Amino acid sequence: MADPIAIPADLRFRDDEPADEPAVSLDAFLDQPDAVSVRIEGGDDVRRLLPMLDRIQLIEVDFPRFRDGRGYSSGRILRESGYKGELKAVGDVLVDQLLFMRRCGYDSFAPNEPIDHAVAARALSQYDFVYQKAADGHTPVWALRHG
Amino acid sequence: MYRYDTYDQAIVDARVEEFRDQVARRISGEMSEDQFKPLRLKNGLYLQLHAYMLRVAVPYGTLNPEQMRMLAHIARTYDRGYGHFTTRQNMQFHWIKLEQTPEILAKLATVQMHAIQTSGESIRNISADQFAGAAADEICDPRPWAEYIRQFTTFHPEFSYLPRKFKFGLTASATDRAAIKLHDVGLQLVYGPDGDIGFRVYVGGGMGRTPFIASLIRDFLPAASLCSYIEAILRVWNRNGRRDNIHKQRIKILVHDLGAEEFTRQVEAEWQAIRPNDDDIPLVEYERIAAHFVPPPFEEGLDDRIDRTDPAFSAWVERSAHTHKQPGYAIVTVSLKPIGGIPGDLTAEQMEVLADLAERYSFSDLRSTHEQNVVLPHVRKSDLYAVWAALREADLATANLSLISELIVCPGLDYCSLANARSLPLAQKIAERFADEERQRDIGELKIKISGCINACGHHHVGHIGVLGVDKKGTENYQLLLGGSGAEDASLAKIVGPGFSEDGIVEAVERTVEKYRAVRNDGERFLDTYRRVGVEPFKEAIYG
Repeated sequence: MADPIAIPADLRFRDDEPADEPAVSLDAFLDQPDAVSVRIEGGDDVRRLLPMLDRIQLIEVDFPRFRDGRGYSSGRILRESGYKGELKAVGDVLVDQLLFMRRCGYDSFAPNEPIDHAVAARALSQYDFVYQKAADGHTPVWALRHG
Repeated sequence: MYRYDTYDQAIVDARVEEFRDQVARRISGEMSEDQFKPLRLKNGLYLQLHAYMLRVAVPYGTLNPEQMRMLAHIARTYDRGYGHFTTRQNMQFHWIKLEQTPEILAKLATVQMHAIQTSGESIRNISADQFAGAAADEICDPRPWAEYIRQFTTFHPEFSYLPRKFKFGLTASATDRAAIKLHDVGLQLVYGPDGDIGFRVYVGGGMGRTPFIASLIRDFLPAASLCSYIEAILRVWNRNGRRDNIHKQRIKILVHDLGAEEFTRQVEAEWQAIRPNDDDIPLVEYERIAAHFVPPPFEEGLDDRIDRTDPAFSAWVERSAHTHKQPGYAIVTVSLKPIGGIPGDLTAEQMEVLADLAERYSFSDLRSTHEQNVVLPHVRKSDLYAVWAALREADLATANLSLISELIVCPGLDYCSLANARSLPLAQKIAERFADEERQRDIGELKIKISGCINACGHHHVGHIGVLGVDKKGTENYQLLLGGSGAEDASLAKIVGPGFSEDGIVEAVERTVEKYRAVRNDGERFLDTYRRVGVEPFKEAIYG
């Protein structure tokens, strides 16, 4: 296990300034050419955002229940498509989900219930190695094996 | 077989520590049972009627003697001296204490075993042909591919909160011993148009309350694209599968609702979107894994004959020894279905006997099967008698493989909180009714499968004869199904008519069997007779 990583007080793993506009629904966002923050609900197709990723500063993805894993695919699709802005998981986000969310490209979190930062630090540094590529740039073990 | 390197070991060790932390937080009350449940399930820990049940992964049904001895140790130390092989080739322990699970997992990790993703809404253990590496009819050894998929799907971050569980079945033979068309994804290794190895891909099979035979969605997938194609299938389902009704969330429902053609179109489109990300694991990694599965040093020029003068031995050989690719060797299936016993159960002592036999006679190789038996894959024909004698000593030489008393059975209401009816006592009654070996041999191949509820863990949908336990106004009631098959000629069994009491269903099975004996052609299996004559003659015999 690596040294526990530092958990930012605001659960935002980014250095840039947060967007200063509240996120609006996907439909509202698509109607407003100047909007920079959007909120994705469970059933929304994030691919509708792909033509305008460059202008977006914040995408919030709602996790209505922690067992609802659609947001993991949404995160990966956005990152695979080149989205570089803030990707925030909001809703029923629990400490034991943080690692996979980070791997799927989420770099900011707004959980319904407060998260114990010491537990989060342990959870995020538990695994030194991963088996597959994802959105977090972690080198998978097959690449380490074949250097 | 595959041996962990430092990376594999580090990942499994990390999971033990993570789970230790999760159990501690649950015991301290920091985490609710609702929050803990999916975490423990992803580590194979169920809360059953009487205790916790721990399901240990046996990846693609492959075990070495050291691992089998560890399972024996766990059975003896933390359970009641026995373990249970499941229909997914895993081993379950039914009397586990929550606080001891981190210690058990730490011990399993010392022999390269774990319980990762053996339950929960995750990608489960890959089922594979238990004769892999020994079967005369395989085009290549499927185990390296199973290990390649195992690694790719372990802790896959995108697919760990799926709508429901997800199961792979894999074979490299035209004879399907792994029931691949009853899996969420069935993969058959085949040669492509240019003579390269690849996969035929089936999606959307499964049993449970809504059984389906899988649809063929791709006739040939180049091996190098396996991971990205799997991602495409999973992503289409993860994004579009239902999440509003637990009984309609498996991928088979999405395939059925969209239709195989539309589902295939979506998968192909998603695959095209995924491919530029280069998620595929390069084949050099497959080759590294495959080097762990080189054939053992078989002896050449062995005598291919078996001395069958001992009739009891001969009867066992007839059922239990199968054709091996290497002359002079046989594949041995050890039936875990003694008459009156609990199908799939093994005592700690029996596990140790099997470990010893594998070491002495089978190049330290053991397999578990989806029919809840154990295989010694590489036994010299000249050693068969000694193996049989040792098995008999350990009550493991029942000569009933694929016969009527070799049943597949779920744990049922004796253990399971989902069950509507007991299945184990019924299995014992049926086995006892047909205990006579002569009679069993006369009946021939006949697979009875019993489930204690519609979740179908006992695979009743694919029994030649299936039995389904239901709750009828507070009493246990059993329905009879006929005509299923989980093999390459996959079909779903159909309910014959009104249900029965426990004794009534035994009687109904017997009437079915006697009708078959009366109308069969020479050498015709039960299933083939049923397919030829249809259900009516049986209905008449049962209810008439």
